[in-house]
Amino acid sequence: MGNIESLAYFLPELVLTVTVMAVLVADICGAERFESNLPAKIALTGCVFAFLFHLHMYSMEPAELFMGMLAHDMFALFFKAFFIICTGVVTVMTIMSREVVNYKKSEFYAILLSVCIGMCLVAASRDMLMIYLSLELMSLGSYVLAGFSRNIGKSDEAALKFVLYGGVSTGIMLFGLSLLYGLTGATDFDAVQRALTASSEGLNLTGFLIMLMILVGVGYKIAMVPFHFWAPDVYEGSPTAVTAYLSVASKATGFALLARLFFSTFMTAGENGWTIVAGLDIDWRLNLAVLSAITMTVGNLGAFPQTNLKRLLAYSGIAHAGYLLMGVCLATTMGLEAVLFYLVMYLFTNLTAFAVILFVAETTGGERMSNFRGLWRTAPIAASMMAIALFSLVGLPPTAGFVGKYYLFIAVLEEKMYWLAIVGVLNTVISLYYYARIIKVMFLEDSAESNAVLKMQPGYAILLFVLSVPVLYFGIFWNPLVHYVQLCAQLIP
Amino acid sequence: MENQTHLLTWMTFFPLIGMAVILITPGRAKNFIKQLALVSTLPPLWLGIEMLRVYDPAGGMQFIERASWIESFNIFYYVGADGISIPMLFLTVLLCPICILASWGINDRVKGYFALFLLLETGMLGVFSALDFFLFYVFWEIMLLPMYFLIGIWGGPRREYAAIKFFLYTLFGSVFLFLAMIVIYIYTGSFDLVQLREQIAASDLGSMMGIQWWLFLGMYVAFAIKIPAFPFHTWLPDAHVEAPTAISVILAGILLKMGIYGILRIAYPLLPDMAGEFALFIAIIALINIVYGALCAMAQTDLKKLVAYSSISHMGYVMLGMAALTPEGLNGAVLQMFNHGTITAMLFLLVGVVYDRAHHRDIDGFGGLAQTMPIYSGITCLAFFASLGLPGLSGFISEALVFMGAFPVFTWITILALSGIVITAAYILWTYQRVFLGPLNEKYASMRDCTLREQVTLYPLAFIVILLGVFPHLILQFFQPTVAQLLEILK
Repeated sequence: MGNIESLAYFLPELVLTVTVMAVLVADICGAERFESNLPAKIALTGCVFAFLFHLHMYSMEPAELFMGMLAHDMFALFFKAFFIICTGVVTVMTIMSREVVNYKKSEFYAILLSVCIGMCLVAASRDMLMIYLSLELMSLGSYVLAGFSRNIGKSDEAALKFVLYGGVSTGIMLFGLSLLYGLTGATDFDAVQRALTASSEGLNLTGFLIMLMILVGVGYKIAMVPFHFWAPDVYEGSPTAVTAYLSVASKATGFALLARLFFSTFMTAGENGWTIVAGLDIDWRLNLAVLSAITMTVGNLGAFPQTNLKRLLAYSGIAHAGYLLMGVCLATTMGLEAVLFYLVMYLFTNLTAFAVILFVAETTGGERMSNFRGLWRTAPIAASMMAIALFSLVGLPPTAGFVGKYYLFIAVLEEKMYWLAIVGVLNTVISLYYYARIIKVMFLEDSAESNAVLKMQPGYAILLFVLSVPVLYFGIFWNPLVHYVQLCAQLIP
Repeated sequence: MENQTHLLTWMTFFPLIGMAVILITPGRAKNFIKQLALVSTLPPLWLGIEMLRVYDPAGGMQFIERASWIESFNIFYYVGADGISIPMLFLTVLLCPICILASWGINDRVKGYFALFLLLETGMLGVFSALDFFLFYVFWEIMLLPMYFLIGIWGGPRREYAAIKFFLYTLFGSVFLFLAMIVIYIYTGSFDLVQLREQIAASDLGSMMGIQWWLFLGMYVAFAIKIPAFPFHTWLPDAHVEAPTAISVILAGILLKMGIYGILRIAYPLLPDMAGEFALFIAIIALINIVYGALCAMAQTDLKKLVAYSSISHMGYVMLGMAALTPEGLNGAVLQMFNHGTITAMLFLLVGVVYDRAHHRDIDGFGGLAQTMPIYSGITCLAFFASLGLPGLSGFISEALVFMGAFPVFTWITILALSGIVITAAYILWTYQRVFLGPLNEKYASMRDCTLREQVTLYPLAFIVILLGVFPHLILQFFQPTVAQLLEILK
């Protein structure tokens, strides 16, 4: 499809782009003097409109956009909705908190929205060049966001670590992509896949190397072991709202990229499911399965000694990347559906958890375990919402986390990967221990200092409710969500 | 029949309505919350009695309700009751109001306590009425959350340790049940326990044959932890001792039965071939439970721990009867489940009474209580004798049935298990002697006897214990046909 016609399919991104400009123009006009939250409000309005436009796109037929650079399919739409919702929630979180109050707000929201555009593009890219460009658009913005609390040393450290790790791993990934281009002479996924299918030479060693290099880049984005070392430091140092954004949206971007790249280039869709392309005789699925098992185990064990909740959730995020990889490594449609389902639950669950952490950090001055002591007495709503989020992260009914796990394990067991399923469920048990430690501190212990009630703005309580209601709702009535992810687990070639 | 179809749903979810009302009540109105909680548990009790009245023992599965829940995975909201679930459902609705009364002394965070308690009741009733595997699992897990908080917040000095230990142990078992459930679904495409049972009985399992053994093992681990069977029993003494009185009653009276119930409802019917294969193994574990539990009980100095270990020992009888796979054995096992529920509930309530007054449970710290507390000593005497299996009380009938059923199958194990009865008699009589007889300990000379509230909690249970000791048929008739049906599948 040509460039001009493609614009009709590009409305959410266009809206976001216009919003970025609006935020910047408002800044130049000095709008902040009249209404200090104006940039945030513009950004939020932009997100709402982008979401509304995205709803309109479901009725349009899947197509290739911009001369085959981008794909318009249900898979991309799913992630667009995901990123827009996440950006909107993070915007609300920053309005409610004072985290970015001392800095140029308009810059923050302009970058946040640019990152969102980058993520939407990654999820839709079907060309190696496009992947790299959109990935960089997103990454560069994320580095700045991570370091946004300029006068806090940890934030600087976080940004620097983020840049260094990011630069190296994206570089390696780019190298892998260039090798792939060298082998096939194409950057378009479809063409690459056709070239790989046609080739009869032994591509195994090169192919393996390429996959490994791509996994370095993707693994960094999703915090997969052994590329996870940046996560705890960056999560701890970044402003909490940004941490929430990184832990949810950034991770989901990695999975969108991984799924589309692997499914569209190294696999072919056949009568009975996906199979590896003819020219390549590598079982990348087993490699990924082993990495998945290692990732979840390392993440869960790493979370044990943590006392800072942001660090703890960083490790829990690593573990969840491991669970999600279980779904990807199966290379089945069911596995893909399970990943999408799990991501939806992870979106609401993790954002709830971070919203509570942000609230506690704002009112008590820290996000260590001790700040949560006796939270049930001082802030019952926050404590209950946190409990819901944590139980969902463990995967206990009646929360969405349970259904997410159920979906993943049913996909794993359908492929008869019993060992992976057993490693997965044992990890669930392990994870209960450290999640329950937070519950214990909040509910079972009494605050040492005072039982003074922490004041919560009504708006913040509403935000917490809005985030946690889906966690419970999708834990009980998940039929609609199943239909949605079944619809969305469709990639165009 | 029209008005009965929703009976189980109302029974299961009515406590949730009470919970919702409690949650919007201000926390200061402590007495009102307690009354509200009590009132919320009464309609289920009434429905339970109604259920006993209407139930037709020969009629198979009754009070059925079925509605599609998750179409994509063939999951149904499917509840119903047969002879094995009826006694358990009744036991649950009976014990819950009693436990609410027994919790009247709770004065810290009253709102949370009673809200969680009602959630727990819904979870328990859900487990006993679910006929969809998925629904069963959801209720099975939901129960863990209130239990964790109830032990962890309102428990004794080591409550945090006990609560997390209970939680981790149970979850460890549950995840294997979870995997087994999914594997069975993948092979059969259904979660419907009734349909699965017929499907599996009608055809050989084909490809499932190879992993049957593993499936049963997974389920066994999950259920054995709940029973708790040796060597998974170590969470029980901790949880029981640290939990507040009412929660100990629920734990011992109902939660332990879920393990056996799960085996009878899920593991046996779905994997009938494995029932025979694992029978000897279960019988040996049962023997260890009986003897080891009784010996441990004898060594205790803490009254509550003694009762906790006696539970382990008594659940061994249930397992032995279940493993025998004979009509007498299985009937005895189900009867013992019910009887143990009432007797142990009494024992824990009685321990709670004395703990409330003396603030310790040291067996040797009392003495001569019979002189100052005649009513208390009388009821304790009854409960103790029921527990050691005195003829004329309910415990005797079920134990006799279990031994009759097990003897032809596992002769030597049964003979060895009989020593458990002797040890039980020894520790119970010895304990009674130390606490109630002998010279009066002056410290407790002015101890009050049971209050009216405490008597109200104890008399109904005492009445049932005597009644079933004389007319066991009253309850046996409910489950005899169901047990016979189950045995037919297992043959």
